[in-house]
Amino acid sequence: MASPADRVYSSTHEWFQTQGDVVTLGLTRFAVNQLTDVTYVEMKKAGTKVKPGEPVGEVESVKTTSDVYSAVTGEIVEVNTALSDDPSLVNQDPYGKGWLVKIKASDSSGLSACLPQAAYDAQYPA
Amino acid sequence: MRRTPLHGFHLEHKAHMVEFAGWEMPLYYSGILEEHAQVRTSGGLFDVSHMGRVKVTGRHARRFLERVCSRRVSDMTAGQCRYSLVLNEGGGVRDDIIVYRLDEDDFLLVVNASNRSKLMEHFEAVRSAGDLAVKLEDHTEKTAMVALQGPRVMELIGRYSKEIPSLKRYRFSVKNLLVMKITVSRTGYTGEDGIEAILPAGAVGMAMKFLLRDVDPSAAGALIRPAGLGARDTLRIEAGMPLYGHELGEGIGAWSCGVDFAITMEKDGDARGEPFVGQEALRRVMSEGGPKHRLVGLELEGRRAARQGMSVLSGETAVGTVTSGCLSPSLGKSIAMAFVEPSRVEVGSAVRVETGKGSVLEGRVVPMPFYKAAK
Repeated sequence: MASPADRVYSSTHEWFQTQGDVVTLGLTRFAVNQLTDVTYVEMKKAGTKVKPGEPVGEVESVKTTSDVYSAVTGEIVEVNTALSDDPSLVNQDPYGKGWLVKIKASDSSGLSACLPQAAYDAQYPA
Repeated sequence: MRRTPLHGFHLEHKAHMVEFAGWEMPLYYSGILEEHAQVRTSGGLFDVSHMGRVKVTGRHARRFLERVCSRRVSDMTAGQCRYSLVLNEGGGVRDDIIVYRLDEDDFLLVVNASNRSKLMEHFEAVRSAGDLAVKLEDHTEKTAMVALQGPRVMELIGRYSKEIPSLKRYRFSVKNLLVMKITVSRTGYTGEDGIEAILPAGAVGMAMKFLLRDVDPSAAGALIRPAGLGARDTLRIEAGMPLYGHELGEGIGAWSCGVDFAITMEKDGDARGEPFVGQEALRRVMSEGGPKHRLVGLELEGRRAARQGMSVLSGETAVGTVTSGCLSPSLGKSIAMAFVEPSRVEVGSAVRVETGKGSVLEGRVVPMPFYKAAK
């Protein structure tokens, strides 16, 4: 199944969708298939400053715990609170309802290191 | 990577395959949580063909096994199987195994996939050092092994056999079915009732079709559905069962592992007895005040899981290490196994687990198993 073409993908399996100066971050289908069923999501709070390569939080699955990384510099402006009640949204709808955080970006140049959809799917078929 | 005779079955059921101990194995089909629940409420089918199967026969087979097994085997009757450890000279754990006794001088061992070649070397060394008349044959690749686990498994088996549902726990029977020989034991690694079956590699595809002919294992609500290694791990953690590489290892003394029932110290006391590899070291540990750590179960607050290697604290003092942990799918609680100092093993003792990322999970020691199947 193809990933959406309206966003870019990191080699650490996050997706980034830009709308104005706000970048929404989530996990790819490939990442979710590797993680298995997500049981707990803990993102840093709104207001936290983030940088490329720095964790924005952790996702736990029934099998493992994994850091989630930002590719942009900025400030977390919103955390997906629906995931605290139902972390399985990350599995069910990783590109939609399973989004993790929104970041108000002051520098998005890190996104240029990300892959477009076709290249990501070719390298990491889910 | 090795593939089991059920490889085609896994692909047909859309398994997510991963490497495990040199084998390409299904981690899950539909999802770990779904498969876990399927085993707890109805039945799961696991391919465990990657586990090693070693035949031990010959005039000295019994004597040989008394030397390599920590637990007595001489009093086993034909048709009985028994859990045992295989130790190293230092009293650490080479592996945990199931011994099947087929006859006076005829045994089958089921060993962990990751330890098979290491054990074969060790067995050969013990055989040769004792000049024992024993034949060791690795049957792993010419056989397949499947586990059917869950409260409704016997309903399905009962359609084909009257005898198997009447087997007691840790008993087995060798059946001739459709011109193939199947060894069926009432054993498992999930804490549920069920069986494990060993059959010829070439016949397993046909056997699965036969067994599942009235079942659509892809359908939700099916009596039996395939389950992968992911669910196998969460099920065994809930059942408080140790796993090599986590609760058991070459550097972990056997007295620490919570399986004292699998150690028969006095077995060299009678005429048919033999001292076993590692026994001296175990005796020394006991004479010096016992093991420095013991395995306990922990229940932690919140939904975060403790993972292998995390430190266990009492107040601010390190008192142990986590060996396995998960958010228990059946209980909805964070559970873990850990080695802790003997002063902290009492049920109810308050402990804390350091995640290593600045957070601490509060918890306490609880009895194992965490989960008990309804009788």
